[in-house]
Amino acid sequence: MEAFLHQVLSGLATGGIYAIVALALVMIYQATHLVNFAQGEMAMFSTYLAWTMIDAGVPYWPAFAATVALSFVLGIAIERIVIRPVEKAPVLAVVIVFIGLLVILNSVAGWIYTYTIKSFPSPFPTHRILGGYVSAHELGVMAVTMGVLVLLFVFFRFTPLGLAMRAAAQNPVSSRLVGIRVGWMLALGWGLAAAVGAVAGMMVAPIVFLDPNMMAGILLYGFAAALLGGIDNPAGAVFGGFVVGVLENLAGAYLVGTELKLTVALVLIVGVLVMRPSGLFGRVLVTRV
Amino acid sequence: MRMLGTAVSLALGVALAAAPAAAQKKYSPGATDTEIKVGNVNPYSGPASAYGAIGKAIGAYFQKINDEGGINGRKINYITLDDGYSPPKAVEQTRRLVEQDNVLLVFQPLGTPSNTAIQKYMNAKKVPQLFVATGATKWGDPKTYPWTMGWQPNYQTEGKIYARYILENKPNARIAVLYQNDDYGKDYLKGFKDGLGAKASLIVAEASYEVTDPTVDSQIVTLKGSGADTFFNITTPKFAAQAIRKVYDIDWKPLHFLNNVSNSVGSVLTPAGLEKAAGLISSYYLKDPTDPQWAKDPGYLEWLAWMKKYNPDGNLNDTFNVYGYTVAQTLVTVLKQCGDDLTRENVMKQAANLKAVTHPMLLPGITIDTGPNDFYPIEQMQLVRFNGKTWEAFGKPIGG
Repeated sequence: MEAFLHQVLSGLATGGIYAIVALALVMIYQATHLVNFAQGEMAMFSTYLAWTMIDAGVPYWPAFAATVALSFVLGIAIERIVIRPVEKAPVLAVVIVFIGLLVILNSVAGWIYTYTIKSFPSPFPTHRILGGYVSAHELGVMAVTMGVLVLLFVFFRFTPLGLAMRAAAQNPVSSRLVGIRVGWMLALGWGLAAAVGAVAGMMVAPIVFLDPNMMAGILLYGFAAALLGGIDNPAGAVFGGFVVGVLENLAGAYLVGTELKLTVALVLIVGVLVMRPSGLFGRVLVTRV
Repeated sequence: MRMLGTAVSLALGVALAAAPAAAQKKYSPGATDTEIKVGNVNPYSGPASAYGAIGKAIGAYFQKINDEGGINGRKINYITLDDGYSPPKAVEQTRRLVEQDNVLLVFQPLGTPSNTAIQKYMNAKKVPQLFVATGATKWGDPKTYPWTMGWQPNYQTEGKIYARYILENKPNARIAVLYQNDDYGKDYLKGFKDGLGAKASLIVAEASYEVTDPTVDSQIVTLKGSGADTFFNITTPKFAAQAIRKVYDIDWKPLHFLNNVSNSVGSVLTPAGLEKAAGLISSYYLKDPTDPQWAKDPGYLEWLAWMKKYNPDGNLNDTFNVYGYTVAQTLVTVLKQCGDDLTRENVMKQAANLKAVTHPMLLPGITIDTGPNDFYPIEQMQLVRFNGKTWEAFGKPIGG
């Protein structure tokens, strides 16, 4: 029983990571209706920017704020320079661009920072909580995830800019007619997603250690989490993150063995897409034909 | 009469001196009076490009040899190609080296998958696949593959060394094993179980992980739950650091063995936290450049001087630069031993004729020995214990 409890706790802790990555995926999906496969590598790259500043002696929080701001700008730049030219291209072409972006960011990070793992500082205290099964940092990650979730909710629900962004994603033609600059809303969505990704990267790095391939595995679980919760529902994605984390641990420890942990996530993705494509909490999309 | 005798003996002498000299200068493709072509395949791009440091270090060492006049007057022409750690690409690049560049031998191709892919080709073509950069056990099989030879201690040997230590010092251990679910992890596990022999039942729990897993936290929790008091950690650097930290965080205090793959102080133990790594047992055959105990060691200083002059972009904390430097020295030893008989047959013959060879960055007491039936150049390792700052050697170097 004790071991079971520990698996659940440790699953919640990793679930926190999946949740925040899923949140970044949902963010970009809301703005553009596309799943950005380069999201993880963008987050990794932002984390390296933060590491560079901290390594140069900048205190944690100023470096954190600067990284989020810088990532926001870089996200907008990527949309303007790389994504905009393929805006009208078929979905497959856009996906290829995303994958190209993924490979480029990964290789450039490896070239600049090498593939040796680096430790990344945590802003939270280091002493043991709950017998070490959940660290203060992991609790901190959960709190930060919730904080980001609330901020996003408030932004999209109560600010005119948030409303404009939602409108631009859902109905670009009407939005343009009422005077919303749809192109810039998309760019803004990329900026926000990059900023959330930067937060995610900086929360993940102290747990898995910083290296250019840090996000590869996590992104897949984050994707499963986002799909499970509903790819257009931030709260659902966070919930999905925790479910995937716990499920993965329990299945690995008691059901299928550790070899098939990743398979659990993949089965989950396929299962959700087949049974309930909009996820547990997603809006069911009805298109008139 | 006397004159004639002198003349005859002179002529005889000349004939005797000339006969072997004429027979001695023998070349296979890739070797001439002025150069020796050495081919190499390394991952300079892709997921395993961290290993590319080895290929660069080897080139930097050959540069030093060439600056000092080469090997028996011949310069090394080092041709190194990128395979991106992809076996099909490795085959393509190796064929280019053998068929277009006409190299004398292919030296240090890197990675178990890539070497497996080219092994049959190299042996069919009878071109040396010398000192491959992988610790798998299968490279020392001269009967089936006389043109392939490993270099570093293989994973099974290392697993056996730990098993021997446990049987001698903790015969009632309850052992937990964490291993990467691929050839590398299973090779270690096999050696470890073979070493335990009849006592393999001491292993009470095994857990594997995939390289795609974000963390190994769940596995560590499971292993602690088995009640084990001894832990064999068969993981690559990132996962090793995670495991060391998690073991400490959940207050599990096993006798902890860490495989050599991940025992770098600079790139694994420091990120994990040095205080969390105290008490770990591992094994070494090379000197760790990040270990302060070698700061004044002549071998280390020689390496450092070479790094600064010939490999200034290389990372001084990176063990791969020690590895590349040392394995290049072994090849230079072999080529010197070949003298003027630079045929592929003789390269393999001399590679299988190394006796008690030492290099500056090999640990004291570790030597390189090979024979016609012994294609495992380094077979001993030194057990070391981490004291919170550096690895401390204990006991003598031992074999599997």
